[in-house]
Amino acid sequence: MSKIDIAVVDYGMGNLRSVSKALEHVAPTKNVLVTSNPDDIAQAERVVFPGQGAMPDCIRELDARGLREAVIAAALNKPFLGICIGLQMLFEHSEEGNAAGLGVFKGNVKRFAAEDMFDSEGAKLKVPHMGWNQVYQAGAKPHALWQGIEDGARFYYVHSYYVQPDDAAIIAGYSTYPNKFTCAVAKNNLFAVQFHPEKSADAGLQLLSNFVNWSPS
Amino acid sequence: MGLAKRIIPCLDVTNGRVVKGVNFLELRDAGDPVEIAKRYDEQGADELTFLDITASSDNRGLILHIIEEVASQVFIPLTVGGGVREVEDVRRLLNAGADKVSINTTAVLNPQMVKAAADRFGSQCIVVAIDAKKVENQPFEWEVFTHGGRKATGLDAVKWAEYMVSLGAGELLVTSMDRDGTKIGFNNPLNKAISDAVEVPLIASGGVGNLQHLVDGVKEGGADAVLAASIFHYGEYTVKQAKEYMAKHGIEVRL
Repeated sequence: MSKIDIAVVDYGMGNLRSVSKALEHVAPTKNVLVTSNPDDIAQAERVVFPGQGAMPDCIRELDARGLREAVIAAALNKPFLGICIGLQMLFEHSEEGNAAGLGVFKGNVKRFAAEDMFDSEGAKLKVPHMGWNQVYQAGAKPHALWQGIEDGARFYYVHSYYVQPDDAAIIAGYSTYPNKFTCAVAKNNLFAVQFHPEKSADAGLQLLSNFVNWSPS
Repeated sequence: MGLAKRIIPCLDVTNGRVVKGVNFLELRDAGDPVEIAKRYDEQGADELTFLDITASSDNRGLILHIIEEVASQVFIPLTVGGGVREVEDVRRLLNAGADKVSINTTAVLNPQMVKAAADRFGSQCIVVAIDAKKVENQPFEWEVFTHGGRKATGLDAVKWAEYMVSLGAGELLVTSMDRDGTKIGFNNPLNKAISDAVEVPLIASGGVGNLQHLVDGVKEGGADAVLAASIFHYGEYTVKQAKEYMAKHGIEVRL
């Protein structure tokens, strides 16, 4: 069996084609495998953990395929990129369906509160938060995955829930809608984002390229 | 700074070519869909919408190949609509590389299909397209039409929008049938009424003739995104010019 450079975790929730296509575009020589086999995830050099839909369904489907342990092990041990629900699932709990997450990080996933959804001029803000918003980089020192990406660059979002980490030290980026929310977390070998790099044109491709070439110290 | 308003070029595709009509009639050829998609991406389009208006079922599969090809070269959200009848059609389009699928006539004929598709794939990828026209003979102002604007439904467009969102629509694409292809601007009162009634984003469509119309669509119509076809297809304006104009008029855009 050929070496797996990048495993994209497939637990049957929606379409992973966008993610794998974008990875193939930035890393044409790498073997990108969309897989629901825990052994592939264990063997892969890098793991991408995407997600869309509702978090309770994602957790259920992940467990139905016996992927929980392999994903947690990868999140703790090798270059790992979570995207959208793949970020949210790393936390302990989500307000969406009152679901328990994987608990890699302490903290909760919360819904944009209806009473807050007005801009500074009083106009209504829609939920889901859908479209291109500015991402501000955070953290004690510049993270390798932000390399070549302007602070405040726009990325494409579509979500109604956001993560609230207990440990502020893992916050690697934030956006505002209308309040500041965490859109990226980082710890050791792990980086996870709320936006969709695979749909964020040049900035997104740069982030994926940074991930493919990342050697966490 | 926060969320940008989106500019979405729309490509009406028939038999593998991009075309544009006036009031849903008189189609003119506007070029190759993959080439046009790449051009708009380079100009800074925030998203692309493909509407498959192919009449013959023989050529329906063409759109899947086009989407596959675009999705492997263009890394922005892609929405595809036209002829989506079953949950299986949604699955095929998503697998080809669409990020969202737009449902129009079928939503009227079988509203539960919207719910089934949203339950299965998530609301984030289900757009309901509403074609509306101002009417005089009803107890409401705007009526929903189907079949490319030929069939009246007796449905109030605002109430219909609320119902579609309750079934799981994650976004609404509202086209004014009175305005489409006319170049006199969006129907802002219609868009505003719907935008105020629902929580999800609204894409305004139908009637753009100049860049001020895009600004008005956001400021007066409350649109979260503006969709246009002919002003971009025939090179009157680039997407970049449109964004610069909107930014100059105080609208937050991705430049």
